[in-house]
Amino acid sequence: MAKDILEIGDSSFDAEVLQSEKPVLVDFWAPWCGPCRAIAPMVEELAAAFGDKVKFAKCNVDENPATPSKFGIKSIPTLIFFNQGKVLDKIVGIVPKSQLEEMITKV
Amino acid sequence: MKEADYELVIIGGGPAGLTAGLYAARAKLNVILIEKLVPGGQVVISAWIENYPGFPEGLSGPDLVQKITEQVKRFDLNIESNEVVSMDLSEPVKKITLSDRTLTTHTVIIATGASPKKLGVPGEDTFYGKGVSFCATCDGPFFKDSVVATVGGGNTAVQESLFLTKFAKKVYLIHRRDKLRADAILQERALANNKIEFLWDSVLTGINGLTNVEKISVQNIKTGDKKELPVDGCFIWVGIVPNTHFIADAVKLDEYGFVIADLNMETSVPGVFAAGDVRNTPLRQIATAIGDGAIAAFTAENYIENIKK
Repeated sequence: MAKDILEIGDSSFDAEVLQSEKPVLVDFWAPWCGPCRAIAPMVEELAAAFGDKVKFAKCNVDENPATPSKFGIKSIPTLIFFNQGKVLDKIVGIVPKSQLEEMITKV
Repeated sequence: MKEADYELVIIGGGPAGLTAGLYAARAKLNVILIEKLVPGGQVVISAWIENYPGFPEGLSGPDLVQKITEQVKRFDLNIESNEVVSMDLSEPVKKITLSDRTLTTHTVIIATGASPKKLGVPGEDTFYGKGVSFCATCDGPFFKDSVVATVGGGNTAVQESLFLTKFAKKVYLIHRRDKLRADAILQERALANNKIEFLWDSVLTGINGLTNVEKISVQNIKTGDKKELPVDGCFIWVGIVPNTHFIADAVKLDEYGFVIADLNMETSVPGVFAAGDVRNTPLRQIATAIGDGAIAAFTAENYIENIKK
């Protein structure tokens, strides 16, 4: 399932996220962040369920400092849902899976 | 015995719920555990734990959660990601309403824990995720070489303030009393740490900034003096509130909203048990939650045996 989630970074962000035809859910995470590890399986399940309609990506904030700072991220996990280069929704912290499903199915 | 979907429904997947699940699964009960977010509960956001026995060097909260989850999975505990909306406990076969369906069960263990309490000061909600945090292990590294404020004087506040000193160049610890409540060993470490400046007898009255936190307002409650401090972040650990909104009046709660349960973890309703931080317990620790969970599963099993007779 993990293969459905694309690793993106500062250099690929524009092409893979902002220019993407499909909506993109980006999971901003870091290896030291426990809650990020805790929600990873949930994001993988969502990728398995909605992967045909939505692109799932993750961005390691340690290796790619420019992108999180551009979006004012001061807390992780943060999930940002992009469509046509614009921020549709932003979720900070651990939330129920149903809330993420709702966000994704709204598009 | 009347028909029901399950013998036991466990609500909540923190240490208490997972332990109850471990015991119930090993007892071969027909059991399901419902977790709203992710397994682990508050432990997931705990940076470092050194008072849980068996780990001489201590370990991080997420590591402990991973170990407990692996252990329950060995016994095929059924864990579902869902939310309990309400309960009807008026009949021997209890009804547990989830977001998409209703389960019936003979016994219930309420192990929904507690959540960090908010201070209710201006700016706390506005700047959540923009410098206001309840989780040092999630957000600490964003505050490298920054100045942060922390609020509280208990174990969590002191432990997490110490963790923040690994990143921040200065930590203001704001506490409404003139001494800490935390364990003596944590107090010693904090008082000896030259990155921590204590603001005794003080309360946080506001958090301000443009898009991110830029300054806080603090008032000394003894002298009445007010001041503003420039900070990049503000971490709040001022206690917890029980997660009991779905209970309504289905079981008896104490004056603070915690579930009242006896030595056997049994609540005011036969066959309904409570374990861990959600219970009216004198101590809220991983060690105590785990004991509660084991007892609750054991008494639930006895209850089920009795109604089978």
